[in-house]
Amino acid sequence: MTGAPAIAGSPARAAATSEARRKGGTVSFEGLGKVYRSSAGEVTALSDISLDIRAGEIFGIIGRSGAGKSSLLRTINRLEQPTSGRVRIDGEDIAGLDESGLVGLRRRIGMIFQHFNLLSAKTVRENVALPLRVAGVARDEIAQRVDQTLALVGLEGKGDTYPSRLSGGQKQRVGIARALVSRPEILLCDEATSALDPETTVSILTLLKDINRRLGLTIVLITHEMSVIREICDRVVVIEKGEIVEEGPVWQVFGTPCHAATQALLQPLENGLPEDLAHRLRDTARPGDETVVELRFAGHRTPDLTGLAAAAGGTVRLLSSQVERIQGHAIGQILVGLGAGARPEALGQIADSARVIGYVDATDD
Amino acid sequence: MLTPQMIDRLWQALQDTLLMVGVSAGIAVLAGIPLAVFLVTSDRNGIFPAPRLNRIAGALVNGFRAVPFIVLLVALIPFTRLVAGTTIGVWAAIVPLAVSATPFFARIAEVSLREVDPGLIEAAQSIGCRRWHIVRHVLLPEALPGIIGGFTITVVTMIGASAMAGAVGAGGLGDVAIRYGYQRFDTTVMMAVIAILIVLVCAVQFAGDTAVRRLRAR
Repeated sequence: MTGAPAIAGSPARAAATSEARRKGGTVSFEGLGKVYRSSAGEVTALSDISLDIRAGEIFGIIGRSGAGKSSLLRTINRLEQPTSGRVRIDGEDIAGLDESGLVGLRRRIGMIFQHFNLLSAKTVRENVALPLRVAGVARDEIAQRVDQTLALVGLEGKGDTYPSRLSGGQKQRVGIARALVSRPEILLCDEATSALDPETTVSILTLLKDINRRLGLTIVLITHEMSVIREICDRVVVIEKGEIVEEGPVWQVFGTPCHAATQALLQPLENGLPEDLAHRLRDTARPGDETVVELRFAGHRTPDLTGLAAAAGGTVRLLSSQVERIQGHAIGQILVGLGAGARPEALGQIADSARVIGYVDATDD
Repeated sequence: MLTPQMIDRLWQALQDTLLMVGVSAGIAVLAGIPLAVFLVTSDRNGIFPAPRLNRIAGALVNGFRAVPFIVLLVALIPFTRLVAGTTIGVWAAIVPLAVSATPFFARIAEVSLREVDPGLIEAAQSIGCRRWHIVRHVLLPEALPGIIGGFTITVVTMIGASAMAGAVGAGGLGDVAIRYGYQRFDTTVMMAVIAILIVLVCAVQFAGDTAVRRLRAR
């Protein structure tokens, strides 16, 4: 064992500040591979994954379904056994743990699920208390910590309800409470918002971000929705066919998606060319036409509107805009229409890239 | 009309039936649930994988279930003598009844246990449950409504099977119906026994259904 803190339960640990707890919670994969063997043959789910997840960050793993992200997440608490390579939690190789070691490890790693996986025969309180009960924590301490945790996730007063009576968002809050009650250093989220409506998704993501900040725990989440990554992640890795195809800070991956898989995942977030413009767009200019220029911002510059007007040297109209701020970086694209006499080629210095996509008759507007 | 002696006889028979079915149903629960848990958890993908033992247990269960109760009643006589110390009477019928009901109930309980969402087992593992915690806190409580429903079926089946216990002189309602109703052509007794059995089975089914409904309503 390396310097991992003792399992939750001791008063000293209960009093530990979030500062102290930030020390634990790193995950590193070294050449990880997973092959499923069945009568139908071998299927490679993961190959040669090497990755470091830092303590206290929110790390996203995204990929299309079947990309292997779920298998990867499950190797962290060994619900899935890798066939090659290593997983280290705070430097400790978890492959060698016996049942007791594994139980201890899992008490340091919380997990929440797409379908919540709450026990229907137990009340909310009993569900949340279970990790402490099986760890042999004293009864009154359990009661106290369950109350604290239910308050943390905003479920005061719901303790004696059965899960079937709760909404999806409330069920996921119970799941989060159950995962947090052991005071883990790492929280694994398996498509935690995929079964929720957009509004509830936002509230759960806000809660996760809040927990990450207040408790300083590492969050590793998998999703197939780029919007989830954009909402809360610090760094992201894109998995395709069991391999890492892209990795980096979220703004970078959003700003400069290199791999086709990443671009495909980003597609639903992009509006593309507005339909009316697409209809009227011509390849060649006629007299009096506006030149339509697409300016892309990949996070290296902030759109400078004065500079834009100056560089264009003529009339500039904003036709469509889709720029957002991710981790303090401007990401997205804008379409501008330049009047006669403007110099489209000068716009290259305003944005990270600029290109003329066509010409439209300005008098139609 | 039923004579007072006959009413006494029916009362005694009802008590014998209740005793036979009650005790052997109790044994079926105590032995059948662990057997069902074993059949589920020792599966290749179970939490205590032991495929070879699993196959042996499965074959034994099938073997006992293949033998008709009336045959089992006779075939088990040496075993019954060993366990109950006698081969006639109520206690001699309890042994084969329990032996026949246990695998029956185990198979039904097994189905309910298998239907527990694997996601719940995964969640339990993720919060640091040991394997027996999973049996106690996940498998059994989650499968309980199905197990109780299965137990109801088992008890009703056993009430039927106990009618054959007269073959080893165990008495009971079925025995009265055969000896007085059939062999002495006493239709009144036959009808009375049938009426009592109907009420008994309805009561058991009602109790079982109510319990299941309560549990499912949570």
